[in-house]
Amino acid sequence: MRALPFAYLVLAFAFIYLPVATLVLFSFQGGTLPVSPFDGPSLRWYREVLSDDDLTDALVNSLFVATLSSALAVTLGFLAAYGLARHTLSGSVLIRSLLIAPITVSYLIVGLGLLIVVQRLGLGVSLLTVGIGHVVINLPLCFAILYASMGAQQENAERAARDLGATEAQVVRLITVPMLAPAILAAFFLSVTLSWDEFIIAFLLSRFDVTLPVEIWSLLRSGLSPRLNAVGSFVFLVSVTAVLILEILVFRKRR
Amino acid sequence: MTPAGPSRQGWGFLAPALIWTCAFFILPFLVMGAMSFATLEGRTLVWGLSLENYIELGQKAYLWRAVLVSLEITLTVTVVSVVLAYPLAWIIAYRVPQRWQRLVLLLAILPFWTSYVVRSYAWLLVLAREGVINQTLIGAGLLAEPVTLANTRFATVTGFVHFFVMLLTLTIYANLVQLPANYRKAATDLGANAFQTFWHVILPLTLPGIVTGAFLTFVLCIGDYVTPQILGGNNELTVPQVIMVQLGRRADFPLASALAIVLMALVTVVYLLSSRWLRLDRL
Repeated sequence: MRALPFAYLVLAFAFIYLPVATLVLFSFQGGTLPVSPFDGPSLRWYREVLSDDDLTDALVNSLFVATLSSALAVTLGFLAAYGLARHTLSGSVLIRSLLIAPITVSYLIVGLGLLIVVQRLGLGVSLLTVGIGHVVINLPLCFAILYASMGAQQENAERAARDLGATEAQVVRLITVPMLAPAILAAFFLSVTLSWDEFIIAFLLSRFDVTLPVEIWSLLRSGLSPRLNAVGSFVFLVSVTAVLILEILVFRKRR
Repeated sequence: MTPAGPSRQGWGFLAPALIWTCAFFILPFLVMGAMSFATLEGRTLVWGLSLENYIELGQKAYLWRAVLVSLEITLTVTVVSVVLAYPLAWIIAYRVPQRWQRLVLLLAILPFWTSYVVRSYAWLLVLAREGVINQTLIGAGLLAEPVTLANTRFATVTGFVHFFVMLLTLTIYANLVQLPANYRKAATDLGANAFQTFWHVILPLTLPGIVTGAFLTFVLCIGDYVTPQILGGNNELTVPQVIMVQLGRRADFPLASALAIVLMALVTVVYLLSSRWLRLDRL
């Protein structure tokens, strides 16, 4: 590589990693301000974060909402993709556009619409409404991923199973799901990462029990603190782990 | 494709997803649309077909100015991000040795997965008066006093650009590696220099990828509340910030809905303008 491209690459990486590196470095700060001079390393703020009930509750809530809403989004997305790919239906283009539509609308608008309906119906906001919102935004992605991966290969195997007397439920359970396992897992992990990280819908549609991004948001109001660095670094670690799992599951298979 | 069974069975598979999307997306969206034509009288909501909220939007400076601010920030972010991401994607696709490419790309977009509230906060650490940049410049003797970088439009744009450079690098890289290497060889054989090859061959071929990435950037950027709220401060408000003010302080759902509809209208206009080159199905 010649000098100029290499220099650009280095500069780009410096820009991309500057905030993350600062965040992680000062999460090990010994003092009470996450700015230089660095006087660590100390695990003080990680200890504090782990013993903070509000934060650990929010963490559990986030995992709970992310897992359940993603499982539901993948299930609905899978069924819809199977129905559309394996059955000739009138108006399938329209159905596909309808299912994909929520992708094109910003999360704020999805959240605002749901909030208005929940309020008009006189219902309260809770983790349940957050979960409903997250299924809305993740369903199109799950559907698109699974629909794209339903190829002719599975179809032949499905047809063979049907010829051998399998019922539709058996075909799905014994042929389609196992053959599509990598795509299903990829869709699930992608949904988990997005839901785990989502802020605005969770902010609008929750009140007493909140998810982690909302809890972090309320901590932000008190300004810069190494405690926020510690939480942020921890969240980053979780997301990166999920992404690496995804990378290994999906791309190792493809090679 | 052969039907696996009666199409009633197909509808059975589709029904749950369709019902979910209609009940929790289409219906709320319609209610929000209707809400934008309602009015508040005191604290009571009056449904109707009033254009009051839209007229207010044209009349009150803090409302239409928010639309302008949002557009300015979003366009700046989109242009700067494309200009910075393209060379990066190019270098990864054509200059980095094949076996390192996947790793370099993965590393280049890893911080993409930081929680986005945390990502904006991290930029605050970098840009604050006592933050990394000011400390470094003062330490190096280049600055006597810290300069204000946080709570400015510059901070908002930086935070956004950081995120979208990663997104665009990914989409442009995907576009570049799909091009057959022969095209570049042919251009060189015919006497084109590096710039001519880029301008006349590669750029036109990657235009769909650029436009698709730029469109995504526009949509995600103009609808975002977190980055301008954390990094921009309250000096100038974007449309999402004004929506949140209407919801929070004043519970003015009709006006918030009208602003949301305006936001959607802007996205639709940009979609129509770019639809010639958009390849959303190829993402």
